[in-house]
Amino acid sequence: MAAMLQSFGVASASVAASDHSIKLPAFAGHSLAVIRSEARSISSPIRGTRKTGKVATKAVAAQAANPASAASKPGHELLLFEALREGMEEEMDRDPRVCVMGEDVGHYGGSYKVTKGLAEKYGDLRVLDTPIAENSFTGMAIGAAMTGLRPIVEGMNMGFLLLAFNQISDNCGMLHYTSGGQFTIPTVIRGPGGVGRQLGAEHSQRLESYFQSIPGIQMVACSTPYNAKGLMKAAIRSENPVVLFEHVLLYNLKERIPDEEYVLSLEEAEMVRPGEHVTILTYSRMRYHVMQAAKTLVNKGYDPEVIDIRSLKPFDLYTIGNSVKKTHRVLIVEECMRTGGIGASLTAAINENFHDYLDAPIVCLSSQDVPTPYAGTLEEWTVVQPPQIVAAVEQLCQ
Amino acid sequence: MAQLTQRAATFQRTLSAAVSSTRCLSTASTSPISVETSLPFTGHKIDPPSRSVETTPQELLSFFRDMALMRRMEIAADSLYKAKLIRGFCHLYDGQEAVAVGMEAAITKKDCIITAYRDHCIFLGRGGTLLESFAELMGRKDGCSKGKGGSMHFYKKEGGFYGGHGIVGAQVPLGCGLAFAQKYSKDENVTFAMYGDGAANQGQLFEALNMAALWDLPAILICENNHYGMGTAEWRAAKSPAYYKRGDYVPGLKVDGMDALAVKQACKFAKEHALKNGPIILEMDTYRYHGHSMSDPGSTYRTRDEISGVRQERDPIERIRKLILSHDLATEKELKDTEKEVRKEVDEAIAQAKESPLPDPSELFTNVYVKGLGVEAFGADRKELRAVLP
Repeated sequence: MAAMLQSFGVASASVAASDHSIKLPAFAGHSLAVIRSEARSISSPIRGTRKTGKVATKAVAAQAANPASAASKPGHELLLFEALREGMEEEMDRDPRVCVMGEDVGHYGGSYKVTKGLAEKYGDLRVLDTPIAENSFTGMAIGAAMTGLRPIVEGMNMGFLLLAFNQISDNCGMLHYTSGGQFTIPTVIRGPGGVGRQLGAEHSQRLESYFQSIPGIQMVACSTPYNAKGLMKAAIRSENPVVLFEHVLLYNLKERIPDEEYVLSLEEAEMVRPGEHVTILTYSRMRYHVMQAAKTLVNKGYDPEVIDIRSLKPFDLYTIGNSVKKTHRVLIVEECMRTGGIGASLTAAINENFHDYLDAPIVCLSSQDVPTPYAGTLEEWTVVQPPQIVAAVEQLCQ
Repeated sequence: MAQLTQRAATFQRTLSAAVSSTRCLSTASTSPISVETSLPFTGHKIDPPSRSVETTPQELLSFFRDMALMRRMEIAADSLYKAKLIRGFCHLYDGQEAVAVGMEAAITKKDCIITAYRDHCIFLGRGGTLLESFAELMGRKDGCSKGKGGSMHFYKKEGGFYGGHGIVGAQVPLGCGLAFAQKYSKDENVTFAMYGDGAANQGQLFEALNMAALWDLPAILICENNHYGMGTAEWRAAKSPAYYKRGDYVPGLKVDGMDALAVKQACKFAKEHALKNGPIILEMDTYRYHGHSMSDPGSTYRTRDEISGVRQERDPIERIRKLILSHDLATEKELKDTEKEVRKEVDEAIAQAKESPLPDPSELFTNVYVKGLGVEAFGADRKELRAVLP
């Protein structure tokens, strides 16, 4: 089965390539986000400064060469799954308490090659091949985290982690609270999810909608090699339990990322394309459908602002709010199902906080409330496609 | 003349007993005594340890005191629950004290213990105070979890006590994780993962056992078999109620859980085994006098005769009392004084806990996340500062 999964990864490379070649932001594109954050940081608390200073010293020690001329460095090209691995490897080098556990992560190298080569480098105990027992190895990771280890748990497919729901909800999310702050659970739970290429109903689940209510966990979704590596590193360094959602179809995206070390903020959204007419909020794979629709929209004369929300819990209402205040129209494009998905929560959050700034009701495009069918055409219709996004924007901007 | 000396002797004894019996404890000798356990151990795929246990008068007296304290605390919790000062679920441990006390005698605070919801006495054994217990039970600020956990969520990080878990069986994989971390850091300590006869039928237990055996984790699984999973007797829930054999390829030991010395011997044996050979299961044959929790009368599925029978024949405190008296380590009066002292201690702790304030409303939102959320982010050129959103 793992071999089958891998072949799907390969098969989707061609599709992914066509997806990303259109609008995958080059390194220069991220400088926009960088400037925005800097502007914000002027008015924000000092706490950040102190911490950055501490981290920078270590980074300077590691990267003796050019601290100032980073922008001119070409960086290196890699695929998303390699970026995830790079992030993990850097953190494992940095902190001996970081370890990985999951099914086939060690000798096999990971069913999506995310942990390839790590077992040879760090040994079998640090990159642990577990038996097929999600409930108990997730519990084991949480128990280890209580003592100070920093495990990364891989769900071979996010859907399998439903078997570990009790451990994730009660022990991972709540132990810090019920112990009155005595224990922290610095685990990272990660894995691919989302609708793939005809993988069937049970292997196409979007668990972010089920996990979003769990108090005490943070959820992030990566969508590019750049943010995959940055979020992975941030998640590992975080003292809170973080669930990192990857997507089966995005593993073979290629991008040029910087050589220097960088860590992204877990609670920050990413401005993909600034605009004036409408705010489109999206995450993970749907970002690419949105960018494809954006091309069409630009040709039709619209100027959409596309934000990849990245942080699914908590929402970056600061970035989102600023955008809403500018455009007054919101379209949410997500892969979760209509009922109880991330879009539903985001709609509620925006309505509650920014109601006065909205000129039109929020439109939320989600997947259909059906188990994902096997047949290709049916599967296509369960998720949101670019033409639907174009139509929704046109209607919203009337 | 004989009468005079006799009266003088009694007078003297009364005098000495009038002084705090803790003096008796601290001045008790540490010269070894050898005691036979009540029953031999039964082993599964392992040679059981010997029935003869080394102990000292000091240890026996401390067993008596600790168990009396635990018993008194649980009885007091019963009254507090009926007075509606403790709400929700309250699972009492009286009858099973020997397991907690015997285990503590065999290990150090660096070894980890994790258990389910019947955790008040184990918390005490690990160094928790009466005030922390009662305050937590009553939901006050001075509780061990700041009043936010409740009866089922007692924790003591410094004492190596990892809880306190409400979902049956979920603590066993956590326990294996603790053992994994001990193996990872190579620190020669063990983990005792405790569960009941009801939880013994959970799948995650066998999953965890498989992993522990596969990687030789220093995990000791303690099945506190009190013969009832809430209202269901063990023979109605398990095809094979020989829980110490359920590990199949993992060795097991059946222990009389009402005999603190047997428990101590078994735990010492298990610790040595786990450090060398990986996991082992200990089944403690014990009994709870109360029902499953305070909402359960405990008499619908068992007869009162059974409960009083066990209390008469196998009560752990009575066993130690008889041992102490037969070895002449203390007098009946001194032991009674210890019990009175313990009762006073518990009453004082309750009074203090009642004074403790309820948590501040702002505590509702503390400890959900570790303060500061996420992590500070920085860009590739490290010149950019990014703020962490609250």
